[in-house]
Order: sequence, then C-alpha cells, then structure tokens
Amino acid sequence: MESGPITGPVLTDGAAGETLPRSADPSGVPAKPNPAAATGDVGGTFWRRFVFRRPLAALILQRLGLSVGLLFAVSLMIFGGIEALPGDFATTYLGQSATPQAVENIRKDLGLDRPWSERYLSWLGGAVKGDFGTSWASKNSVSEQIGKRLGNSLFLAFFAALISVPLAVGLGMLAVQFRNRLPDKIINVISLAAISLPEFFIGYLLIMLFAVQYGVATFPATVYDSMTFTERLSAIALPVATLVLVVLAHMMRMTRAAILNVMSSAYVETAELKGLGTFRIIARHAAPNAVAPVINVIALNLAYLVVGVVVVEVVFVYPGMGQYMVDAVTVRDMPVVQACGLIFAAFYIFLNMAADILAILANPRLRHPR
Amino acid sequence: MPELLSVKNLKIEATSYPPGEPPKVVTLVEGVSFDLEKGKVLGLIGESGAGKSTIGLSALAYGRGGVRITGGEVLLNGRDILKLDRSGINSVRGAHVCYVAQSAAAAFNPAHKLGDQVIEASLRHGIMTREEAKKRALYLFRVLGLPKPETFGERYPHQVSGGQLQRAMTAMALCPNPELIVFDEPTTALDVTTQIDVLAAIKHAIEETHTAALYITHDLAVVAQISDDIMVLRHGKTVEYGTTKQVIEAPREDYTRALVSVRQAKRDEAPDQSGTLLKIECVHAGYSNGFKVLHDVSMHLPKGQTLAIVGESGSGKSTLARVITGLLPPSEGRIIFDGKELPKALKGRTNEELRRIQMIYQMADTAMNPRQTVRDIIGRPLSFYFGMHGARKSERVKELLDQIEMGSRFLDRYPAELSGGQKQRVAIARALAAKPELILCDEPTSALDPLVAEGILNLLTKLQEETAVSYVFITHDIAIVRAIADSVAVMHRGRLVRFGPKSKVLSPPFDDYTDLLLKSVPEMEIGWLERVLKTRRMESAGN
Repeated sequence: MESGPITGPVLTDGAAGETLPRSADPSGVPAKPNPAAATGDVGGTFWRRFVFRRPLAALILQRLGLSVGLLFAVSLMIFGGIEALPGDFATTYLGQSATPQAVENIRKDLGLDRPWSERYLSWLGGAVKGDFGTSWASKNSVSEQIGKRLGNSLFLAFFAALISVPLAVGLGMLAVQFRNRLPDKIINVISLAAISLPEFFIGYLLIMLFAVQYGVATFPATVYDSMTFTERLSAIALPVATLVLVVLAHMMRMTRAAILNVMSSAYVETAELKGLGTFRIIARHAAPNAVAPVINVIALNLAYLVVGVVVVEVVFVYPGMGQYMVDAVTVRDMPVVQACGLIFAAFYIFLNMAADILAILANPRLRHPR
Repeated sequence: MPELLSVKNLKIEATSYPPGEPPKVVTLVEGVSFDLEKGKVLGLIGESGAGKSTIGLSALAYGRGGVRITGGEVLLNGRDILKLDRSGINSVRGAHVCYVAQSAAAAFNPAHKLGDQVIEASLRHGIMTREEAKKRALYLFRVLGLPKPETFGERYPHQVSGGQLQRAMTAMALCPNPELIVFDEPTTALDVTTQIDVLAAIKHAIEETHTAALYITHDLAVVAQISDDIMVLRHGKTVEYGTTKQVIEAPREDYTRALVSVRQAKRDEAPDQSGTLLKIECVHAGYSNGFKVLHDVSMHLPKGQTLAIVGESGSGKSTLARVITGLLPPSEGRIIFDGKELPKALKGRTNEELRRIQMIYQMADTAMNPRQTVRDIIGRPLSFYFGMHGARKSERVKELLDQIEMGSRFLDRYPAELSGGQKQRVAIARALAAKPELILCDEPTSALDPLVAEGILNLLTKLQEETAVSYVFITHDIAIVRAIADSVAVMHRGRLVRFGPKSKVLSPPFDDYTDLLLKSVPEMEIGWLERVLKTRRMESAGN
C-alpha cells in the first residue's frame, strides 16, 4: 500500500484512487486513470468504451468539442452584451442633428428594426464564412480592415513572445540554480514589481524615460504600410518592452516553481544516486515532467499578449486590433466590435486548448494507458 | 577477506529551522561503525528516526535535504568516499554502489520506459554497451521473476504493479554490477503476499551476483531472512551489533529483546459470540464510474467484541468501512446496527446514529486540524453531541486524556507537537468522547513503529474492557489479528473469503487464499523464507 496523505472523509489511499471521477472533469487532466477500472467490467455506451480504450484520443476530442462549444457561447454573449449597451450608433452618428425621423431612417438602413435573433443568426452565418459585414462608420468591409490590423497586432505579440518566453524560462532556471540566494531574490523582487504595476503605467513610464528624457526610442509607435522592416522594429521597441515586462514575471515564477517541484521528487534523487551529472538530471529527468505546467502558463500569457494588447496599443497609438476595437466602441460601430470580440475570444480559446492538449500529450500515463 | 565497506565513527548532522526560533543543529547519527565484507548482507534495523536510512545513504556519500556527514570515514575498498569531489563521487554512485528506495513507484521517472531507466547508469558510466546492458537487464528481469521479461523494459512505471516496480528497482541497482547495494525498506510498502516474492527475488539475485548489501528495515523478521549480520540502531546510535543468529536468538540488550518479542501478543477470543451489535447483510457497493468493489459481503459483530477485517490493498476492506459509516451508500444490502437498519447514506442518519459509530484513521496526522489544540480536538465531539461547555467540558477532556494515558499537560499542545503514537492516542480520545458503541479502526497502527503500535493495541484492549465498546479493526497484519480480535473476516478482491471466530478462521483446514496469506507473514525465525519457498516448490511440483 502506498502511503500518501489522506484528507477528508477518504479512508485510505486505495479508495482515493477509486473515487476519482474518470476524465469526466473537463477542468483538469485526471492524474491517474483508475487502475482498478482497467481490470473491472466495462459496460455502458460507445463513448464510455472509447474512453477506456483510447483515453488520449477521447480527451483530445473532448477538448476540441468543448472549445467549439465555448466559442459559440462566447459569440452569443458578445452579441447579447452589445445589444444590452445603452445608446446606439444612430444617435451617436447624428449627434446634434438627431431627429426621430433621421434616427429611424438610419436604423432601418442598418437593419436594426429586425428582431435580434434574426440578426444574430445572419451575423453568425457570415462570421463562420469569415465575412463580418461592413463597418457602419466607414462603410468598408470589416474583414478586410481587421486583416491588416490583426497582422499588426500579431507582429507586436510575436516579438513580445519571442523575447519573453525564452527569457522567462531562462530566468526561471537561473532562479532554481541560485535558489534562495541573491540572484534568485533579485529576480523575484523585480518580477513581482513588474507584475504589480498596470501596463499603461509601465508604458507611460517607458515613454517618459526613453522617448522624452533620453530620446532614444520612437514615439508614437504607429506603423505605416510604407515602412521598412527595420523601421517597424524600432517603432515597436517600447510597446514590446512593456508587454515583455508585464508577462515575464508570471511565466518566470511558474517555471521556477515547476522545476523546483520536480527537483525535489524521489526520481530526481534516484538520478542523483545513479551518479548522473547535473545537466543530464535537469534535461532528461526533470524537464519532461515540468513541461505541462510551464506550457499552460506560456499559453495563457501568449493569449494575453494577443488579447491584452488593447491597452498597450492605445497608449502607444499603435494601429492594431486593440485600438481598432476601442475606436469602434466609442462610435458604437457594432459589426467591428463584434468581430474584434469574437476574434479575441477565438485566440484565447484556441491557445488554451492547445496548451491543454500539449499538457495531455506530455503525460505518459495518458500517452501509454495500461 | 578485506572489507568492502568500512564505516568508522560516523557522525551525521542536520540543520532544522523551527518556526520563530533560531536554526539549530541536530545530530542524527553519532559514533556508528561497521564493516561489510564482499558478498555479505548487513541488516540495519530500528524505528523511524533511528538514522538507518541516513546511514545507508552515507555509503553513497549522500545526504537528503539539509543532512550533512560531519565526521568519521566511509571507506569503500579502502578509499574514503567522503573526501571525493563531485565528479569523483559521481563515478562511485550508480557504478560501485547502488540504491533501492522504499517507494519504487516514486523513485522511477514517470516519463521514461523502465528498460531505459534500468540500463541508464550502466551506459552513463561506460560499464557496458547498450546491447550488453539490455542483455543484462533481460537476465535480471528473469532472475527477479518479472512477467514477460522480454518486453518488460518497454513498459512505463505506471503500467506495472507496485511489487513489480520494486523488483525492477532491484534490477536497476544490480544492472551495473555494483559491489554494494543499499536496500532502503524495499518491501515495507508491499502487501505480505507480494513482500515474500520480492524478498525471495532479492535474496536470490544477491546470491547469484555475489553483491554485498546494506538492508535497511524496521522489521526484524524480514531482516532475519536475508542478512548475515544485524546492527540495531536507536536515536542514531548503535544498540547492538552482531551476527543474525546471535541478535535474533540471544539478544544482549533490552531494546533488542523488546523488538524480538514485539508482535507476539495473543489474546483469547470471547467464548460467547452470539449477540449482535452490527450486522452487515449481503452488501454490494461500487463507485459511480460503474466499478464494483464489494460483492455480497455479510458479517456480524457481537457487543463489546472486536471484529478484525483482514485483506490486502484493493481487497475492499476500507470500502466496507465507508459503507458502514454511510460515506458510500451500498447499492444492495443492509447495515443493521443494534437491531435497527441504518439509513444507507450519511445524510439520512440522525446525530444520535452518527454518535454511536466513530472512526480512527490510519494517518492521525491528516485526520486532525493542525491549527487546533488537543483540548479543542477532543472537546469538539463533546459540545457537538452532548452540548457540553465550560468547566464540565474541560473536566471531561481531562478525564479522556487520563483514559488514553496522556495526562492534562498535553491539553494545550498542537498536533505538530505530538509524536506519532500520541497523535493516534488523541484520535482515539476524540472517538471515545462521543461515547460510541462501535469504533471503526482503519489500520490505526500501520504507520507506527512496532513498539508504539503495541502500546496503541494495548490501550484499545484496555478501553474495551473499561467501556465495553466494540471495534471493527481493519488491518493487513495477521499479528495484529492474533493480538486483538475475537472474530475475523478475511477479504480478497471485494469478496468475503472466510468469516468466523478467530480460532476457527486461523486454523486449518484453510481455503487457498487464507493459506497463502498466513504463510506469507514473516516469522522471527532464521531460515523461515527458505522453508516456505521449499514447501511452495514441493506443492507446485506435486500438482
């Protein structure tokens, strides 16, 4: 009998393993497929038998299904939320000259007199095909405009990720190496400070220091089609730095915790007692088991990089999705707001799903069922 | 013959950081010396905290956590390995000296195949080529009696059983052909019927490969089967050091004598087992995922007596306790308590019904709130069931503390300030506070050292005489059954195998499972293992 800590009303560890709901819980990967169930009689539906035979495929299918369902739920919430907003495009657009008749005409033009369920369905039908309609304010195709803006946002997020992910993992390992000594403490304090400050504050701070005080950086960070690649890079230096500072701490601390957790495990001691070198222990015995939590936090931060840039883009006057969305909200340009919201949600859900699936793939218990 | 390992005047210290106090240096091991010849086995035996694992790891010049070897010498083939630098000691570990941990389940890396882990040290130290190492691993899997040795290495740790993992760990230690292996309680976490196989496999493998071994355990009966010499340790000091024969048959020290005679207590069963307090009728139970744990289990327990439920892990004995308490409602069958059927689920039971059945758990540690004092822990059922408070309550708490032989000076201590045995005593007092008629004891002594466990068993027996409380005692240990039970139920894979008065259940004719279970319990007798294995071979030859 393995003796583990026993909590609550669970009588023994054996029982604890048996009471685990088998992969029914969508929020977490079951750490241990029920050992007893493998030998027990398996009845039930096709899905249930499938879960027993191919737990990995079943879990991945489940995640995919959940993601699609979630996306639909989000689209409904976005639409409903915008419906519930007070005021509308017509009154904002007409301003002082808003006579009831003029408002009515515009509403009719935009099809706002139709019931909301009908409008939702036609919008969703278009969105599935990649057509988000036309902007009310500019009368341009939303998909076209978003395409360019999204490219700009991803450009920014990509460089922020390129710098922050290796830096975070590297600093995390460094902190493990010097655990509880000066370098570890310095890394911890600085990252904590960075995570505690809101990004607009860090942004303005950087502008004040590097653009105003020393004049070494470009501000505003607006990019144009005519700019060369290097010009673009120098333009986005400050927003990238801001984003890196904001997401770095979280990833770094998680990497540190995950590796420390694994380094104190019995199998690392076994590796040490085999006389293996430090590098081999970390690379072969610790790293594969620390991957899952690190992947999760990286994905969460990548999602934040794409989605959370809204504030940073506004601060730095960067023509990305975030700024586009904020502008659209101020004039109640609904098709644009809806499209931006849905794309942000899709990114968020997709990255989290990818992290989930990667974490499942990293679990040998699921890759190689009994 | 020259000594392979010679430990001289070993001193090991650790720094502890008690909260709110300055760090202090604790001496774990002091003045320990021993010699080990090539191909011999030395047993290190003692209770938890005796320093036996710490000494074992010093043979690899390794200290866990903040443990440091601060004095003495560890000579391996005449060379002091404590003086080696990092790369020097790395060339000893895993090549000349290997280690087998208590929990192989935790000691194997879940991310890699067993075969790769078994041959890793041999390859890394350049002892053999991959082909040679694989061949040796296959040979060792065969010697250790692992199933399908050809493909065993392809499996992952979670795909094989605990007993197989422990054998695989032994194969991993033997693979590089080391001169010395440190076995750190390799069978403690296993069921008795599995333990005997692993023990036999280890003994056979040591003999085959002429490897010397340090065998660490708290079970004198186990070490008597496998070692040439025995060293008894207590509080980090040597109590007695001699040949196995001398230590087992003619111990010189009182402490050793106590260890030898522990677990030999026997109690006569109650002559009249007719009345019934608890009756379990045809109970079936399972979990919500459709996995059925209990199949048609029936038994009963007279008032003021003890029913022992014996079985291995997975036999369903703890599930049965969950059914009795109502934590897991049975799918079929009835629980009748004092002539009345109990509601199946916990929610349906009245306070009074709850009060009459109490529980004691295996891990007293996790069954108590670490932020409550002993006074609060024992006082809680008093106010909950009897509405006691103030002076009356604290009077009663003191009374209960006296009953469990602890006294009122423990009133304001926290669980962390108690020893393992004391914690279990407080848990007993908490159960007793409700004035129950039945206490379910779920392996309350299996996490305790033998001498402490004996004290707990004596206390339970004494309390039964004083208060006429009945016990359902769940255990995997036949010695405990002999010491405490009136009637016995043997369980195996969720079914009742045998039930009746102790004298009947534990005497022939046996069914196959009970026979196997009884024969697997190590006896304090040199040569017991060989004898059992021999009769087994004869039986299988006879078939």
